[in-house]
Amino acid sequence: MKIVVMIKQVPDTTEVRLDPKTGTLIREGVPSIINPEDKNALEEALKLKESQGAHVVVVSMGPPQAEDALREALAMGADEAILLTDRAFAGADTWATAATLGYAVKKIGDYDLVLAGRQAIDGDTAQVGPQLAEFLRIPQVTYVRELTVANNKVKARRMLEDGYEDIEASLPALLTIVKEANTPRYPHAAAIINAYREQKVTYWKLADVEANPDSVGLKGSPTQVKRSFSPPPKEPGQILKGGPPEAAKDLVAILRQKNII
Amino acid sequence: MDFTFPKEYELLRRMIREFAEKEVAPLAEEIDRDERVPMETIKKAAELGLMGVPFPQKYGGAGAGETGYCILMEEMNKVCGSTATVIGAHTGIGAMAIYLDGTDEQKKKYLVPLAKGELIAAFALTEANAGSDAAAIQTRAVRDGNEFVLNGSKIWITNGDIADIISVFAVTDPALGARGGVTAFIVEKGFPGFKVGHKEEKMGIRGSSTAELFFEDCRVPADNVLGIFGAGFLTAMKTLDVGRISLGAGGLGASQQALKMSMDFAKSRYQFGAPIAAKQAIQWMIADMAIEIEALRSLVYRTAWMMDSGDMGRDFSTMAAMCKVYGSEVACRAVDAAVQIHGGMGYMKSYPIERMYRDARITRIFEGTNEIQRDVIAKNLFRSVGLKLR
Repeated sequence: MKIVVMIKQVPDTTEVRLDPKTGTLIREGVPSIINPEDKNALEEALKLKESQGAHVVVVSMGPPQAEDALREALAMGADEAILLTDRAFAGADTWATAATLGYAVKKIGDYDLVLAGRQAIDGDTAQVGPQLAEFLRIPQVTYVRELTVANNKVKARRMLEDGYEDIEASLPALLTIVKEANTPRYPHAAAIINAYREQKVTYWKLADVEANPDSVGLKGSPTQVKRSFSPPPKEPGQILKGGPPEAAKDLVAILRQKNII
Repeated sequence: MDFTFPKEYELLRRMIREFAEKEVAPLAEEIDRDERVPMETIKKAAELGLMGVPFPQKYGGAGAGETGYCILMEEMNKVCGSTATVIGAHTGIGAMAIYLDGTDEQKKKYLVPLAKGELIAAFALTEANAGSDAAAIQTRAVRDGNEFVLNGSKIWITNGDIADIISVFAVTDPALGARGGVTAFIVEKGFPGFKVGHKEEKMGIRGSSTAELFFEDCRVPADNVLGIFGAGFLTAMKTLDVGRISLGAGGLGASQQALKMSMDFAKSRYQFGAPIAAKQAIQWMIADMAIEIEALRSLVYRTAWMMDSGDMGRDFSTMAAMCKVYGSEVACRAVDAAVQIHGGMGYMKSYPIERMYRDARITRIFEGTNEIQRDVIAKNLFRSVGLKLR
């Protein structure tokens, strides 16, 4: 079985802020990490590799520093890593990103399963996975919490807001994985050393994936960001002074005044 | 010159930090109180290769060298001095002696399971009458056919009661003394005549066990002589040299944690209508901690780099001694300042600073007191200008 896992390198958003003037991310000093749910997707692939044997290929589109995310994936147990990096890929929206990844997956070929995280913490769109499935013209199952592969089929349990949905799809198929699926493993110390000293990351450019130049990057992007901004900060609350009896009386008065009670 | 860590070390540090914060930090208080590190925690560390970080992969290690090992000791000491001590006695001296001077066969038989964390190691040199004067050991080893018969006792052996494999130093020729008359042996806990005695109750690093070991006609196969017969004292000194770098790294971790907690506290503790961070008295303590931490970091990782580059001469030995002295003293000053900044809170058991204060104190004493280290440093310095001092 060959499993291709989509990996995105993202800023650790727990430490990221927006520049209030320009509306852009302040990236300086913010560590880059593998998008958390992509790690869950990789973990599912590695579990399948352990239970029934699989060749796991991780793919990322991004600047050269995204190589570190792929090295970390290798340290966790992926067999092969491919980085799609080219100026022509820059400025891509989700559609053009899915196209670029799609060309790469086609080039990899002979795949049984494509796994991706549900969504990335820096964009929250949850679009690339489904768009990639459309590009590849294969079945897709989103929000997957559990999966089993047997007889050239995948059985998946989708986690929905109001319950579960069990779905069966023929292979090859694309699944997007939610964080509830598993706890990603820590890489072994020796595997970390080997990921940098022994293993390699293959770089693919536009020509390598035989992509149509008009369908990738800014050119291939039907959406463009006009402006980004932080929502205005919430106004500070009101603190009622005095002991509990006075504060309670004041609170009731305010609520009445606002016609809440 | 390049002072940045190669990327594999950055990822290694991130993995270790996550492991330490998630798997060890929540247990630190309990480990101190119950005087034991759960074997489950050691097992988890072993599964990630953290019981054999410095050793080559062909011997079951992570192949991360002394630099990688120092990163482990630094990060682990931020959260739990006891757990760091258990790993340190195992990897840094117990297994390290076998790595440095063992034969290929001994490494395959003992180092591989030790590096994988399947077995636990200890290092047994200290005796009741041989502490700083390590050459005064009295445990005897007498040859009997294909075996040696050991008699005597060791005290204050870290991991003594949990170790499967112990690097033991014994006198094989009393006439020759330390230079030629001491031999190192690899002792399995199951060898007849080996017994674990009393376990000490300590001020700090309480989760690491400190035990007495007895050898009563303990029979050790001649194949288990570690290193050259009669050169055991050199094996001991060489092993302790290496261990000293990682003690410096441990001090670095403890100091950084003390600084971080002090800054967090000084920011949020209000007195006289302002955070106490606004007071110069606090600022100077913080600044002094930060200066010493940066100096210590450079010293520790430069010395680790020397070892990883294959430079283990006299300068290395001097630098390693400096790591031990400076690391332990910076840590003790940092935790002391941290208690002062935390005020009454720092004295209470409900706050981790109290434990860190107790944990730090031993580092100026164990694995060669700081006075002995200064002795080593000064003698090496005078030797470099032609004066041999004894």
